[in-house]
Amino acid sequence: MTAIPKAPPAVPACPAPSVAGVRKRDERRRRFRRDRALLIMTAPAVLLLVVFNYVPMFGTATAFQSYSIYAGFMHSPWTGLTTFRSLFADPTFWSALQNTLVLSLVQLVLFFPIPIALAMLLNSIMSNKVRTVVQSIVYLPHFFSWVLAITIFQEMLGGAGALNQFLRQHGIATWDIMTNPDTFKFLVTAQVVWKEAGWGIIVFLAALAAIDQNLYEAAAVDGAGRWRRMWHITLPGIRSIVVLMLVLRLGNILTVGFEQLLIQRDAVGRDASEVLDTYAFYYGVVNANFSLGAAASLFKGVLSLILILAANKIAHLVGEDGLYRK
Amino acid sequence: MTTVSAPVQATRNLRPSWEEPHTKAGQTGKGAVLLVTVALVIVPLWMVVITSFSTQGSVNRAGGMVLVPHGLTVEAYHQIFTNQLIIHSLIVSLAITVIGTVLSMVTTVLCAYGLSRSGSYGHRTILMVLVVTMFFSGGLIPTFLVVSALGGYDNYWSLVLPSAVSVFNILVMRGFFAGTAQELIDAASIDGAGDWRTLWSVVLPTSRAVTAVIALFYAVGYWNTFFNALLYLPDNNKWPLQMVIYTYTLQGSALPGTGVTNTGQYFGTQQIAPLAIQMAVVTLTLVPILLIYPSVQRHFTKGMLLGAIKG
Repeated sequence: MTAIPKAPPAVPACPAPSVAGVRKRDERRRRFRRDRALLIMTAPAVLLLVVFNYVPMFGTATAFQSYSIYAGFMHSPWTGLTTFRSLFADPTFWSALQNTLVLSLVQLVLFFPIPIALAMLLNSIMSNKVRTVVQSIVYLPHFFSWVLAITIFQEMLGGAGALNQFLRQHGIATWDIMTNPDTFKFLVTAQVVWKEAGWGIIVFLAALAAIDQNLYEAAAVDGAGRWRRMWHITLPGIRSIVVLMLVLRLGNILTVGFEQLLIQRDAVGRDASEVLDTYAFYYGVVNANFSLGAAASLFKGVLSLILILAANKIAHLVGEDGLYRK
Repeated sequence: MTTVSAPVQATRNLRPSWEEPHTKAGQTGKGAVLLVTVALVIVPLWMVVITSFSTQGSVNRAGGMVLVPHGLTVEAYHQIFTNQLIIHSLIVSLAITVIGTVLSMVTTVLCAYGLSRSGSYGHRTILMVLVVTMFFSGGLIPTFLVVSALGGYDNYWSLVLPSAVSVFNILVMRGFFAGTAQELIDAASIDGAGDWRTLWSVVLPTSRAVTAVIALFYAVGYWNTFFNALLYLPDNNKWPLQMVIYTYTLQGSALPGTGVTNTGQYFGTQQIAPLAIQMAVVTLTLVPILLIYPSVQRHFTKGMLLGAIKG
């Protein structure tokens, strides 16, 4: 009759320690073979990340060298903590750190609540049409570059801008906001509000839409007025997302508009506009003191990592998920 | 009487019956806030565009930026489209936007799909490799040194490759693929489709919304490229449009070929305001965004909502 195909002799590739071990290894090999295509698909992105993110991560070691562009990474002398000592001895560095924190805190107080308020206002508008039109207009500046946004501010509020034309024509003293170092932190915040507040409402709108409408009806029937419903239903309903956004903001407190400040540095001067990132750029690249710049970046990177983890911890303590779950 | 009119009233306005009637003061206040918000975005853009189309006389009369047009001309556009530097920067910007977006989308879609199957071999490790870069980065100087060492200095690819992959976008897309397309993927694999086939003819066609939004994010990022150009491209013949605006409009250097400076000196012969030329270049950078934006905008909430949930 039909020949029964002989089973191929099982030849173990190497002596197996135990039956369970073999099974586990075979299982992994089977899964690898099954998912080979998926692994190949991730390769280009992983390759780019390794070259442009991981290699520079190890490149932070230049902070512990006296890096010279001619000697390169391999041949520059190692100097231990000398760079950090000169970094911490530099008063410009401390003023950059102070500017960073001041700008972040001003933005936290003056910017952070605006998208929430705007989202709640927009959510209370019944007409779908009005809502859609307003949304598409306020999202728009998010897609402009900082060069464009600041050009627009310059043409509106600058010395020769629209506001000062108006003041001049009416014989009122002109007011140059764009070059005043004292009010610069508020100018920067106003620019961030103009560019990002509209886009910022998107997550809060989504959270508001997810609130169960029956809660409002039940509360109204029980006699809760408009403000009490907002306090007891709306605000608790968006609490999680507000905490998440706050955690993200706190974790990024050392990152304030790098391009935004770089562009305006010439107009308002270094004293008002220097932050950690621009410090690293000017000392590291422009003045070619690569080790000092790398030390400033590393200082910021490590502190930011600690801040993100701490902010998450706080979120967990107040009973929210934060950026990741416990 | 009242019993008849009540339902009509209810259908006419969308306010639920249990809600208090709107107060006049409340409605006016809301309307005013929204109007001011919208005007803060629209009016400056309007003034930029109108000034770019204005004659010298019109700009002089307004004393600078024009709000109400008097005498329109396309002379400024004629000037910028005959300027070598601007033409070239426009080509550079368009080229890196198109090439960069294609490259970013290919790597992002592939990686997102590759990681979307829970329980696939090694996906946890690769995910970890990705997420670490969101928490810690080497910083500006080491990145600059690596890109320079690879020959990126004074080379166009430095505007594209170092920022080609956004881990955030991969995670948003991965969430979308894992959530919405799983049943279709299973069905396709039962029908004998391999992973490449499934991605191309099942997953991509069903994820148009998120693909469109992420492509827009990438494209806008490339179109707005400024800092990488400042960092890596010392030669103004290689600059993208944003660098040209930064140098000739914000910093007020003379634009080669026109004698236009920020202080308003003017050496040419045409009756055209230097401010109009500057605003024409600014308008030029607005156009592609305004063209693509409306078609993608309606997908935002869907794409961003998932992104927000996944963090």
